[in-house]
Amino acid sequence: MATLPADPQQIIERFGPHLSSMSGVRLSTSVEPERLVKTHCCFCGQQCGIQLKTRDNVVIGFEPWEDFPFNRGMLCPKGVKRYLQGAHPDRLLTALERSPSSPGGFRSVPYADAIARVAREIERLQTVHGPDAVGVLGGASLTTEKTYLLGKFARMCLRTRYIDYNGRLCMVSAGAANKKAFGIDRTTSPWSDMVGTEVIWVAGSNVAECSPITTNYLWQAREQGARIIIQDPRITPVARTCDLYLPVRPGRDAALFAGVLRIMIERDWIDHAFIEASTTGFDEVAAYCREWPLARTADVTGVPARSILQAAEWWGTATSSFLFHARGIEHHSNGVQNALGTINLVLASGRIGTPKSGYGTIVGQANGQGGREHGQKCDQLPGWRDISVPEHRHYIAGVWGMDERDLPGPGVDAYEMFRKIDAGEIKALVAICFNPKISLPDASFVTRALDKLEFFTAIDFFLSDTARHADVVLPGSLQEEDEGTVTQVEGRIIKINKAIPCPGEAREDWRIVQDVARALGRERGFTFDSPRAIFEELRVASKGGVADYSGVTYEKVEREMGVFWPCYSEDPRSGAPLADHPGTPRLFEPGSYNPVAKGAGPFYFPDGRARFNVAEYRPPVDDASEEYPVLLTTGRVVSQFLSGTQTRRIGPLVRQYPEPRVEMHPRLAGTLGIADGDWTTVETRRGSMTVRASVVTTIRPDTVFVPYHWAGPKSVNQLTVAAQDPISRIPQYKVCGCRVRKADGPPPYAAALEPQQ
Amino acid sequence: MAKPDSLFFFIDPSRCIGCQACVHACTECDTHRGDSMIHLEYVDRSRSTQTVPVVCMHCEQPTCAEVCPADAIKRTADGVVQSARKPRCIACGNCVLACPFGVPELYDERKIMMKCDMCYDRTSAGKKPMCATVCPSQALFFGTREQIDQLRPQSIPTNRFQFGGQAITTGVFVMAPRRLAAPAPLVDVTAALDDRPPARAVRLTLVPPPASDRTGAAPADATDPFAAVEVPS
Ligand code: SF4
Ligand code: SF4
Ligand code: SF4
Repeated sequence: MATLPADPQQIIERFGPHLSSMSGVRLSTSVEPERLVKTHCCFCGQQCGIQLKTRDNVVIGFEPWEDFPFNRGMLCPKGVKRYLQGAHPDRLLTALERSPSSPGGFRSVPYADAIARVAREIERLQTVHGPDAVGVLGGASLTTEKTYLLGKFARMCLRTRYIDYNGRLCMVSAGAANKKAFGIDRTTSPWSDMVGTEVIWVAGSNVAECSPITTNYLWQAREQGARIIIQDPRITPVARTCDLYLPVRPGRDAALFAGVLRIMIERDWIDHAFIEASTTGFDEVAAYCREWPLARTADVTGVPARSILQAAEWWGTATSSFLFHARGIEHHSNGVQNALGTINLVLASGRIGTPKSGYGTIVGQANGQGGREHGQKCDQLPGWRDISVPEHRHYIAGVWGMDERDLPGPGVDAYEMFRKIDAGEIKALVAICFNPKISLPDASFVTRALDKLEFFTAIDFFLSDTARHADVVLPGSLQEEDEGTVTQVEGRIIKINKAIPCPGEAREDWRIVQDVARALGRERGFTFDSPRAIFEELRVASKGGVADYSGVTYEKVEREMGVFWPCYSEDPRSGAPLADHPGTPRLFEPGSYNPVAKGAGPFYFPDGRARFNVAEYRPPVDDASEEYPVLLTTGRVVSQFLSGTQTRRIGPLVRQYPEPRVEMHPRLAGTLGIADGDWTTVETRRGSMTVRASVVTTIRPDTVFVPYHWAGPKSVNQLTVAAQDPISRIPQYKVCGCRVRKADGPPPYAAALEPQQ
Repeated sequence: MAKPDSLFFFIDPSRCIGCQACVHACTECDTHRGDSMIHLEYVDRSRSTQTVPVVCMHCEQPTCAEVCPADAIKRTADGVVQSARKPRCIACGNCVLACPFGVPELYDERKIMMKCDMCYDRTSAGKKPMCATVCPSQALFFGTREQIDQLRPQSIPTNRFQFGGQAITTGVFVMAPRRLAAPAPLVDVTAALDDRPPARAVRLTLVPPPASDRTGAAPADATDPFAAVEVPS
């Protein structure tokens, strides 16, 4: 039973989150670094280049890396202070075993004993209940090497079908839409292409706070004449000065796209030649859009009719354009339809695959792109292959040296895995880089499922809220303690370099995974001696897949400061070896060749054409109702990242925005008798929480917003709904009905917990 | 070593996203680690997300230095107004009160005034200041006049400010929207004090005022984009 081994307060006392601060050599104005290591930020998908200063095996600060082309030295506050996650008082330096009688509920155990126990428990449960009794959860902040190894570990070592990853909470709606429309899942263009375009439409992305470095590209494009359209229920910092703000009601995005496309068709602002030559499915989409006359669109979306018309006109009549979206339209039970709605606008305009026109999703996590390509997803094999397709299975089984019949079939998404745990089908869990207790919706259900596990092991560097449930915690590595590659927001593969060794008995995550394989007596295929060795196998495994990395080497990545996939080792036309393929910075260029279309067209389908897909509007699950009349939406703040396991431990970041607040419009606050700073209770069908109010005119008066980085009583995912998109299985974080009232007084946590806890 | 005289500091508050990377980066400086010499202000968060980064403007005739009884504040020949000099500063706080931009701060326990010196350790070695290097929106920019002209065709740098009757010229430039600005506009700081920021625009009050619209680039929906939204009951 993986229930909490001790009272949460005791666990927090011993394992934090406590705050790190600049002290000792990190505060001294005279200490010289020994080394400056060129690497990247460990947090968001922008993957800014940074140089870490090290001394005595500690990262003591940073120096901007102005030569790295993507960010040219720019960093957001998380990047500036990211080094304070190292040498942290909460860092796990040994393996831990659940021990309710020990302080904080855990005791240190020798690493080898911990590994032996993990292997024993896996062996026991698989012997009794079969291989699928064990599930694996991964994450998209891991290097691509680790995600590859994890997928292989699940399928080849554990022989379980149950593996999925936290990208399920992130990029899957975009991924599924890209697959349906383009046959490939990647942003089309490097960000530098944005400068010089005419219109940029940003749908559901709080760029300033979630991907700050992209802001300069937006503003640079604006200086060169671009008009910026921002679609968001909140006037975010980029919405403040954009040219057109579309204040969409949460959950209504697909309706807006259909309404805009209808106007474009009516006014003939579409590219007939492109639609004719390079796409299929337009007529069905046009028929659907006819159901969305302007008045209805305005009524459903809450966007004024004149703004919808303006957007249609700017978008429809432009000659170059970019469209970006992010979790704002993706985190919905209608997420794939929303993303397809944007793609329809792009395809109807015909503006894609040229130097000043493109489309993409702004990924959230460090390796949001690479982490979704090489097989830690439940239905996927390396190289963006499909685990249900016989040739794909055959190829990978060959690379791995196993019988294809032993390769498991597709599993289920991460949330469904928790339902299977709850139902007793999955009995044990191996988790890394995933903190579902905070990050999945309906937290009380997730906690109940964790409690039911017969055996749970987590690889972690801090004891995350989820790892608190573990029977065995294996001490893993921080990003700066290992090397490898990640693929950032533009599709550029970059190199993470090791700055310092792992402290204490902590070790690189890939070693831990292999140690478990060895202890199970199934080490064949898990004897890599370095991330480079894993990458070399990944190159082979990805070869011939859509996400082809075969032409990429560590040297090339470092030399060119990033390589865009696909990057081939053999010419896809002739099969002749290629010494130095340049990679593919821009997808879908007219006349381009890809191995799926084989010259038939630029898109990754046998006929080379992109697909229009009817992108249907469906009202959100658990929409506003008489009982729960206000819409609740969630998101990030600039100083925190994901579930806060790292950033809630960094003093200066915590002080910038210490605790979640509920943002509401003064008109709503007025009817509820709530003033700025008042303790306020937000309640949904699943739970309630009490936080202070932030009364601001920058949010729709029918919507409230709570950021999601906090734990326990401060976690907004106690309230969110586990409704999922039927295709991508992404949860609907961005909208559900709630009610709001002034609280009777401060919540119990106010006196008991520090802000970050 | 001195700051190269081709390089200037430019501020564009319309770009600022309030992220505070600049403030955090300032605390990383090798001469005053742990303390930021700059700060970030919300103009009025209840009405707008508009923020303003406050760095030292490096006045040509620095009021801070003029009011200093101990002559502790020096302006170097390259136009950088330095932090108070240690042996001289008597921590009287005159400069703190006098600076029209609200820049210097008194560090009581150390008995000294400290303020932004444009990262003199970096700029005098040909590097950019820390804040302007990291700023993700490039609201803070450090470079040549040619670079700013090329990168920011929509805006024009000005370094003249009007405080009631007093005009101040600074070493640091502020970017004003080109289509509103007279060729050599003044930023009217006193008028700006009375302004309430609209949710959807930036205000930069200019002298002389543009004929059509004194306050600037307010988009059509700037008044209240949520006017038609009903409050649920
Ligand atoms: S969090 Fe993202 S934007 Fe901020 S420094 Fe890191 S990679 Fe750059
Ligand atoms: S801005 Fe203030 S501190 Fe800076 S030089 Fe001018 S008066 Fe002195
Ligand atoms: S770093 Fe730039 S965008 Fe961020 S608060 Fe400072 S000036 Fe504004």
